[in-house]
Amino acid sequence: MPVLEREGTQVWRRRTTGESMVRWFGWLIGVAVFVVCWQQISQSTTWFFVWDAPRIAGDIWTRATPPRWEYISKLGRPIWDTLNIATLGTLIALCMAVPVAFLAARNTTPSALFIRPVALLIIVSTRSINSLIWALLLIAIIGPGVFAGVVAIAIRSIGFCAKLLYEAIEEIDHTQVEAITATGASRWQVMAYGIVPQILPAFAGIAVFRWDINIRESTVLGLVGAGGIGLQLSSSLNVLAWPQVSLILLVILAAVVISEWVSAKVRGAII
Amino acid sequence: MLRLEKLTKTYKTGDQALKAIELEVPKGQVLALIGPSGAGKSTMIRCINRLVEPTSGAVMLDETDLTRLGSGALRRARREMGMIFQEYALVERLTVMENVLSGRLGYVGFWRSFLRRFPQTDIDEAFRLLDRVGLLHMADKRADELSGGQRQRVGIARALIQNPKLLLVDEPTASLDPKTSRQIMRLITELCRERGLAAIINIHDVALAQMFVPRVVGLRFGEIVYDGGPNGLTPDKLTEIYGEEDWEATIQKVEGEDEIEAAE
Amino acid sequence: MSHRELDDMLGKGWRKPHFIKRTWLRWLLLFGFAAYMVAAVMTIEVDWGRVYEGLDRGWQFVLSFTRPDFISRWSDIWSGLLESIVMTVAASVVGILISIPIGLGAARNIAPLPVYVICRGIVAISRALQEIIVAILLVAIFGFGPLAGFLTLSFATIGFLSKLLAEDIEAMDRVQAEAIRASGARWMQWINYGVQPQVMPRLVGLSMYRIDINFRESAILGLVGAGGIGATLNTAFDRYEYDTAAAILILIIGIVMALEYLSGIIRARVQ
Repeated sequence: MPVLEREGTQVWRRRTTGESMVRWFGWLIGVAVFVVCWQQISQSTTWFFVWDAPRIAGDIWTRATPPRWEYISKLGRPIWDTLNIATLGTLIALCMAVPVAFLAARNTTPSALFIRPVALLIIVSTRSINSLIWALLLIAIIGPGVFAGVVAIAIRSIGFCAKLLYEAIEEIDHTQVEAITATGASRWQVMAYGIVPQILPAFAGIAVFRWDINIRESTVLGLVGAGGIGLQLSSSLNVLAWPQVSLILLVILAAVVISEWVSAKVRGAII
Repeated sequence: MLRLEKLTKTYKTGDQALKAIELEVPKGQVLALIGPSGAGKSTMIRCINRLVEPTSGAVMLDETDLTRLGSGALRRARREMGMIFQEYALVERLTVMENVLSGRLGYVGFWRSFLRRFPQTDIDEAFRLLDRVGLLHMADKRADELSGGQRQRVGIARALIQNPKLLLVDEPTASLDPKTSRQIMRLITELCRERGLAAIINIHDVALAQMFVPRVVGLRFGEIVYDGGPNGLTPDKLTEIYGEEDWEATIQKVEGEDEIEAAE
Repeated sequence: MSHRELDDMLGKGWRKPHFIKRTWLRWLLLFGFAAYMVAAVMTIEVDWGRVYEGLDRGWQFVLSFTRPDFISRWSDIWSGLLESIVMTVAASVVGILISIPIGLGAARNIAPLPVYVICRGIVAISRALQEIIVAILLVAIFGFGPLAGFLTLSFATIGFLSKLLAEDIEAMDRVQAEAIRASGARWMQWINYGVQPQVMPRLVGLSMYRIDINFRESAILGLVGAGGIGATLNTAFDRYEYDTAAAILILIIGIVMALEYLSGIIRARVQ
């Protein structure tokens, strides 16, 4: 925040000349990078299709409306499967995430040098890879079907849940743990009385939050063959049955809205 | 009963919190530990039950040296020492009863404690203690619904249900208003008398210490600079412990407060 | 009185009060959950023979992480990865720029009601639609290629960032903003001096987080033809080239970790 002397009067500037040069230079690089990226995209785009897009969009719209309502009778089982993929996947993930989180949190890990990095690696690698990719992989390994979907959702969610949970564990009030330790409690008792009650609300919140996300993700897992309503979406798209596509999209939208509502309600009840 | 021998604590940063402390506490004696913030009061209390590992020296409880115990034996030794904390340190999301019963954890196996199936004698004792501290009707309330003074009473009950020989009390009144502070101090000293417990009470309020406690130990920069009765705390002594300040007012206040006490 | 109570309670057992106090509701929930679990597990068809066969392939895949093959498909990997990065950068820039005005508009404490309703509507639509579904539609409209992916990610960024930005603005300190308004500032000046300094650190943090998400999402958009590394990965799985797939996954994890590390540094600096 320099005050400069210029021609005998004091001039206030927010930054020194050097600082503002650096800033301008940074912005310049940023803009340049963006322009380069944009050129890349535009090179690999067929602009003829893009100019034609409004017409095509209108065309799709007229074909997709009205949705084929009677098709909903065939969607019952896929919706049930989708719900199961999300719920069972979340439950499995939570069972695995709890030990990983305790191993990863600085204040509960048995060994910060060896075990913690392994736990963190599990978290980052399961978290970085989208559930669709896990599903692709699992389908290659154990074949297509709902089970692959459940496992894919479970693996993807481990890292997510464990990360939030270990952050909650690291934020607990240490004196409460100290007080339990001071009574002569064993390591596991300290865990059950000092730590678990403190992270239970966070745990419940994370579980519901992830379940909500998993409902969304499980609706599209079928695109790669991992069961659920996405399977119907994919086959309808393949035969360009747009009225069915629009109905499925409406159903997915409804599922997302309902799951968000449920998770908000449950979180409100817990906290 | 408790003897500290050359107890020293040096933190990793190089700060010497305790410098070869020598202290003896006989059975049933209540002792106040005073001194400015950072004098090592809290560290000393935590070194006794090894929530903080002492660097060197010995903590003799009866004839055992606590600093040499393995983790199992340390847990058994911790059962003998009840601890009361500054910010109550109740497990906020558990009920009052669970908090009190958590004092029995050292005596109960994991699964029993996990399923909350404590022996009937423990439950009776918990009820008796809650009655003694006046919170029986609150037994099934969650700890975070209580007021500060009530929480500290639960903290006291939790420490006593351990059936300890010694109470370690860390700033029991620091988060309480003056009236509640006195009630809590009175409760602690009364209970110690009833049960013949020794206690080390960390306290920064000199007047309060003088009011309730027969022996005062002054700590400064990790060294004991005063050890004697409450009446021996002259302005000079307080200056030695806390540094330069006008102490007459504090001492007068003590007398004044005694009158209020009498009037109550 | 109190002793009378004590005498009543002594010798009686004590049970932890239940979380759900109504007994019938507790049993209903418990029983309902158990019934659902049984039904869900029953309806999942698992071909255990196939799974057992797959274990061997799964193990092969795990092993391939020890010898990832970056070389034989390097040109495919490189072009896919570059496309993913390009899409991420361009979509993040555009998405962030658009989401700032929408975020301002979606904050009830600074926007007039009609603007608020419109902006919240945009946010709700963007959040309800899955990235992959948006991508499918955009590919149908704009043709294959990174443009569809770029638009998808920008659209998703708007929903994510505007919502969080709006919530942040709604939670800001009123007094600071009022003080600026009291000085007679115009609306733009008020935003610039009263609001921006308060929400800027979190906006930067959220933007970094969103870049991270955009990169992860860009890895799957290729599955539906919207450009990026996903197409390469899909091909690798189809051909059972696990070594190449492992190489791609390692690259994705590595880039996500690098981004997280970078965003950690940037967030620490702006706060």
